[in-house]
Amino acid sequence: MCRQGEWPVRGYQGKNTEKYLRAEKVNPIPKSVTASDYRTHFRAVKEATTEPFLVRYALITVALLFMAIFLLFPLVCIFYEAFAGGVEMFWKAIADPHALSALKMTLIATVVSLVANVIFGLAAAWCLGKFNFWGKSFLISLIDIPFTISPVIAGLLFVFLFGTQSALGTWLQAHHIRILFALPGVVLATVFVTFPFVVRELIPVMQAQGTEEEQAARVLGARGWHIFWRVTLPNVRWALLYGVILCNARAMGEFGAVVVVAGNSVKTNTLPLHINVLYQGFANPSAPFAVATLLAVMAISTLVVKTIIETKLGQEE
Amino acid sequence: MKLIRRSVLPGFGLTLGFTITYLSLIVLIPLSGLFIVTSRLTWDEFHHILTNELVRQSFALTFRTSLIAACVNVVFGFIVAWVLVRYRFTGRRIIDAMVDLPFALPTAVSGIALAQIYSEKGWLGQFFSFPIRGTEYGVILALIFIGLPFVIRTLQPSLEEIEVELEEVSASLGASRFQTFCFVIFPMIFPAVITGFAMAFARALGEYGSVLFIGGMIPGKTDIISNVILQKLYEENGHITASVIALAMLVASFAILLVINLVQMWANRRLVKVD
Repeated sequence: MCRQGEWPVRGYQGKNTEKYLRAEKVNPIPKSVTASDYRTHFRAVKEATTEPFLVRYALITVALLFMAIFLLFPLVCIFYEAFAGGVEMFWKAIADPHALSALKMTLIATVVSLVANVIFGLAAAWCLGKFNFWGKSFLISLIDIPFTISPVIAGLLFVFLFGTQSALGTWLQAHHIRILFALPGVVLATVFVTFPFVVRELIPVMQAQGTEEEQAARVLGARGWHIFWRVTLPNVRWALLYGVILCNARAMGEFGAVVVVAGNSVKTNTLPLHINVLYQGFANPSAPFAVATLLAVMAISTLVVKTIIETKLGQEE
Repeated sequence: MKLIRRSVLPGFGLTLGFTITYLSLIVLIPLSGLFIVTSRLTWDEFHHILTNELVRQSFALTFRTSLIAACVNVVFGFIVAWVLVRYRFTGRRIIDAMVDLPFALPTAVSGIALAQIYSEKGWLGQFFSFPIRGTEYGVILALIFIGLPFVIRTLQPSLEEIEVELEEVSASLGASRFQTFCFVIFPMIFPAVITGFAMAFARALGEYGSVLFIGGMIPGKTDIISNVILQKLYEENGHITASVIALAMLVASFAILLVINLVQMWANRRLVKVD
């Protein structure tokens, strides 16, 4: 129990040490612990485990300034510059046929990569999350590869695979199939760059949830697809949605890989490439920003959906 | 050693086959294309390409700017992560959501925004007497922008895991707040700091879109490696040179990935979790 002079502040070197020691002198041997003793104790603990007021607010100010300068300013700048030439210029830039065709390209590439990567993501997460086998970590590190290599190098890989100097390329040229510098190339590059996103979100969740529920379903007589649709999928739906919106954000915004694969043709421009073209041109200084607002709105909605999902996941735990 | 532990769950063969096929088509075959192209060269040609003046300057520039940007990100990212995890203030949730903005925003969009802000008459560029666009400073600023979420998102879970009891013990044993930070808290999050640094560094090495607009890709001054690869591709027979440079960058990326994995293995061994 507490002996005189020992509780609660032996060795405490905070500001209010005198007050706490005085409190002890007044009640030298506490026969019972009162509420104010608790308050004093909790405040002492709080003060011992956090920084002084000035340091706290200095840190908060530095953090907020840093975030404002590096994150808020660019975001606001996009919207400001987009409307700098007036609302009419804004609509002209967006309704421009080149912009619309770029939007179409972006949407096609995004939808295809979303579908392909969700299918792959679910299959790979099932295989890697629910089973243990030799070579599993090798496969998982293979999956992380597109995440680690530069997008320009990713595009380069496809140029080497389908370009005219490779065996496959000469065969494709003989059959008049165009992959590079055409839609298939853009789609392939986008699929490559975005394919880890869904899997990486699903595997930890599937691993953490284990196999008990699926085994119970099996015991009760369910077959493969039934188990998957009714048991596994509802459990991972938030992680799946999370992966989908990340994949979507990356697919719509991919620049480096598509620059390499799409070449200089206007027909194969995606939205980011179109922004680049507009920026290099002199016609309308607010045009690239106008088109950029579309993508910025997409990014902001991605963040909003992400926050909602995280709240939902937090609630479910 | 069992090849697979027997499981009652169905679908292993099907999903494994599909996974391996998809991985091969999307990842392995393109990668092997690169290795096939570069394997036709001799070591001399390799050496000649990599020690070209322009290439060497570009490598030095890329690594230098990525390193500086990653360091700045570690310092400020640490402050932001600390503030987000430990303090309560208005707007904390919004800031927390905004941290992922560089991750969600397309690189071309952030590129033109940064170029506009730091231009001569831009919102921030006007305060500097020297130009920022077209210089290394611009490149570094763009790389700080895109590396930010990596450091913060790596540090946040580590900071959340620290038990308050340890700090209480440290304070009750007489340590000042600064000592507690240096000797108790920081060693516990150090692996996360290293991982965040390595991830921000790796991302900055390969960045293209954000840096393109603010840097201008001036040879010798702001020409980063991604752009060098791109330019070589457009040249006649430049694809060989491009492939060699790309291979060198791939090796660097894999080395960084290895460092990250080793650091995480080391961290898991140090911290014995007592449940």
